[in-house]
Amino acid sequence: MLKFTKDHEWIRIDGDVGTVGITPFAQEKLGDLVFVELPSVGAKFDQGASACTVESVKAAADVYAPVGGEVTEVNNRVVDEPGVVNASPTGDGWLFKIKVRNAAELDGLMDEQAYGLLVK
Amino acid sequence: MAQRDAAPALRHTPLHAMHVRLGARMVPFAGYDMPVQYRDGIIKEHLHTRAAAGLFDVSHMGQIALHPRSGRGEDAALALETLVPGDIVGLASGRQRYTLFTNAAGGALDDLMVSRQGDHLVLVVNAACKEADETHLREHLSSACRIERLADRALVALQGPQAEAVLAAIAPEVRAFRFMEARTITLSGAACLVSRSGYTGEDGFEISIPAGSAEALCDALLGDRTVAPIGLGARDTLRLEAGLCLYGADLNPATTPMEAALEWTIAPARRTGGLRAGGFPGADVILRQLAHGAARRRVGLRPEGRAPVRGGAPLFRHEDDAAPIGAVTSGGFGVSLDAPIAMGYLPVDAVAPGTRVFAEVRGRRLPVVVSQLPFVAPRYKRH
Repeated sequence: MLKFTKDHEWIRIDGDVGTVGITPFAQEKLGDLVFVELPSVGAKFDQGASACTVESVKAAADVYAPVGGEVTEVNNRVVDEPGVVNASPTGDGWLFKIKVRNAAELDGLMDEQAYGLLVK
Repeated sequence: MAQRDAAPALRHTPLHAMHVRLGARMVPFAGYDMPVQYRDGIIKEHLHTRAAAGLFDVSHMGQIALHPRSGRGEDAALALETLVPGDIVGLASGRQRYTLFTNAAGGALDDLMVSRQGDHLVLVVNAACKEADETHLREHLSSACRIERLADRALVALQGPQAEAVLAAIAPEVRAFRFMEARTITLSGAACLVSRSGYTGEDGFEISIPAGSAEALCDALLGDRTVAPIGLGARDTLRLEAGLCLYGADLNPATTPMEAALEWTIAPARRTGGLRAGGFPGADVILRQLAHGAARRRVGLRPEGRAPVRGGAPLFRHEDDAAPIGAVTSGGFGVSLDAPIAMGYLPVDAVAPGTRVFAEVRGRRLPVVVSQLPFVAPRYKRH
């Protein structure tokens, strides 16, 4: 199940690890991505901290950690092919995985319905 | 993504409904609601323009006619020469030239295209400057010229290697136009001022057309499958690759022609010792810089990495220097080069191609290399 932030990230929880990316709405708004800078494996972030950067032809955007925790894996494919984020923002275009420090932080995120209303 | 409240109402070009119909994403630009991209997106639109032909709506730009009160075209040209360093008197009817409005300090108030059309001149100026430019013209030239705002006209650009074939299919005479030729011909039943020029580095045309005929012309052009509509996003990446200045970014009231590497716009006739030397605002500063050089200069910049370096980024001589020596004025992604590119200003001792300097991006110093402009060779039809 996906959870969403007001800043247009998604997180998919599997056990105590969440996979993070930007939403279809965010990729649509940014347009064609040309650069992705991922966090380092082992980097630790608080909830809402800037974790990495995505840049389209037009603009740069921060990607914020949907929950606090430690980065366990990054998707290097999107560094070589930023367009994968546009083509498949919630699939092959995921950005990083984070080990969730405090599961209670997930409660503050939106479900698909609530996020759908936000971006309507 | 915060909502801005109480934004002033945006103006529409005569082609606004067409943009919406074509699925454009509209954004505010210079007070207008303009298409930043259509359904294909900026990368495909950019590549399509370089490979085939792209159609741009630039109707937000200002179109102004200068009619000499004497009826003699040369009097309009002499009058305009009091505001620009270009050779306007020497501009033959049917020819167009790029020039600058300068201020007393030698800075650029705007950059513009001027064409001579028989007894009058037609100016195309930047959207964000057009009211100020018109005021400037009225203040200084009203005694010599009647200044007519051509408000009820659209302006579209057809750019790319297929532009000639596409436009010639409905107006064969355009094949004979050379680069910077500007003449009135009939398109879609309307008298249009067509020039062989543009803002992409490609061959192509800019077409001034009565507002009421603009959509019919665009429909006819888009009916050719080689033509795609192109938004302002790709317009910016195309002009950056072509090394062309964006007013407000690469040019402003504090940048002189010499600093901006636009000394070629200062005509021989207007230089020291020329037939009509000086006589434009800031001539003392500009002609002194022409003789002795300026302290800084606009250059091309190629980041060594993949990260785009954008306008505003400070530039440093060494990676750990405290004080910047210049700044990036335009930067982004060169789609045809598949690499980030930028332009900026550096001291003249750091402008040799190959010089390595550092741009600060998100608190880090990224190496960038001074590069020849343009980044992509132009394909103008100069013969």
